[in-house]
Amino acid sequence: MSELPPAGFPATPAAGSFDRRRFLDALLAVGFVSTAAAIAYPVARYLVPPDSGEAATNSVVAGKAAALKPNSGMIFPFGSKPAIVVRAADGQLSAFSAVCTHLECTVQFKPDASQLWCACHNGLYDLAGNVVSGPPPRNLERFAVNLRGEPGTEDIVVSRGA
Amino acid sequence: MVQHVLNWLDERLDLGGLKHFVSEKGVPVHAQEVWYYLGGLTLFLFAVQIFTGILLLLYYRPSATEAYESVQFIVTRVPFGWLIRNIHSWSANLLIGAAFAHFFSVFLLKSYRKPRELTWISGMLLLFLMLGFGFSGYLLPWNELSFFATKVGTGIAGSVPVIGHFLIRLLRGGDDVTGATLSRFFGFHVAVLPAISTALVALHLLFVQRQGMSVPLGVEKTLKPGEKVPQMPFFPNYILRDVLVWYVALAALAALAAFSPWELGKKADPFAAVPPGIRPEWYFLAMFHTLKLIPSHVLGFEGERLGVIAFGLVAVFLVFVPFVDRRSSDGRGSPWFTALAVTGVLYLVIFTILAQIAP
Repeated sequence: MSELPPAGFPATPAAGSFDRRRFLDALLAVGFVSTAAAIAYPVARYLVPPDSGEAATNSVVAGKAAALKPNSGMIFPFGSKPAIVVRAADGQLSAFSAVCTHLECTVQFKPDASQLWCACHNGLYDLAGNVVSGPPPRNLERFAVNLRGEPGTEDIVVSRGA
Repeated sequence: MVQHVLNWLDERLDLGGLKHFVSEKGVPVHAQEVWYYLGGLTLFLFAVQIFTGILLLLYYRPSATEAYESVQFIVTRVPFGWLIRNIHSWSANLLIGAAFAHFFSVFLLKSYRKPRELTWISGMLLLFLMLGFGFSGYLLPWNELSFFATKVGTGIAGSVPVIGHFLIRLLRGGDDVTGATLSRFFGFHVAVLPAISTALVALHLLFVQRQGMSVPLGVEKTLKPGEKVPQMPFFPNYILRDVLVWYVALAALAALAAFSPWELGKKADPFAAVPPGIRPEWYFLAMFHTLKLIPSHVLGFEGERLGVIAFGLVAVFLVFVPFVDRRSSDGRGSPWFTALAVTGVLYLVIFTILAQIAP
């Protein structure tokens, strides 16, 4: 440690040492920046969660047809998202994604108006899933409805790709 | 640009005092100077623990039904999750090792002597907190080994006289190690202990900065009257050396994490038999082995209870060492305390090895 400056630390570089100092500084900077990158990259990747790995749902049984009275709706899980099946006053069945196209609230059936209603921002859709009023930018995604099973105890089968 | 920002800050906060402090701060240069790096190394590893710990919190779920699966998810599915978890585990172990080395070096150099008693006390408390971190974190993956180690460890707390029963229920959140224990340990590990230790680290560092580095008695003796120990500027000379040590530690961590991944083991099953070879983390092995060697009854007292009392007394004694060792505070050598520290090192090393090779 004999080459160390005495107390008081005079730090004047000798003449001609400037280029070497600059070179070493640059080397140091490259080292620090690459270390930062080697830390930032794995961390950034880590922060983004992996895909859930669940297969996309294409068809589910929503419930028993007999349980759904005319002029009512029922929300059921379609994969990880809510969907709604509606029986109109005339007995006609229809099903939609229950995710409002505005800000992803869950819509509900409004019996007095026979419409689908989103309580968050008062979005209204008709029973074909088309926007009637309010902020939703797009119509609700419509699903196909089929009945399966013995008459009287049929299941409502809802599938994507109507 | 940087100068501009500094000027802007200086105008508002008056950084003059700080600048003066940094430019004047020196680190003594002598033969024992290498031990100065251990505190900085411990601090660096502590920072690594905070950083990786926060990252693990993003995916970890503290419940008996989900903890093991969530750690499994982290190490198998999350990109670089294995890296984060392995670095956290390895850094925890290196941190304990560095803290112990720091503790013994300070002990042997008698750096705790007046006027640094408070620095020593805060450091001792931090060492105990680090052991608490290790003990509580060990359970969090909820695997077989950690489950039974926690059962034994919290059971030992039950041997503490008078408050044993209270302590055991406080630690376990009930009479047995269950999901309630996991919730508690999680709370200790990520909230209670970090809050206390962050405050203590700040205090510890404040003391160190305020008083400067201690010059060992042996070095002080070699100085002629009026002579001062040569100093090295803290900024940038010493801090760059510190950073170099941290770089080596970071490289070691990365290598260990990549080439020697930490096992997750089997999920804990409270109704399974204890797997053979059950033992705590290495830093509790010496204590674990000592308790195993004490006969079940000594002079009518329960052996384990005596052991726990003895460890407690040693811990209290260690906290107050600066006040007991009057000789070094007066600037004289205190060979008894050197002998004590050497005995401590030998005890820990020998008993850890014995526990390791014991059947």
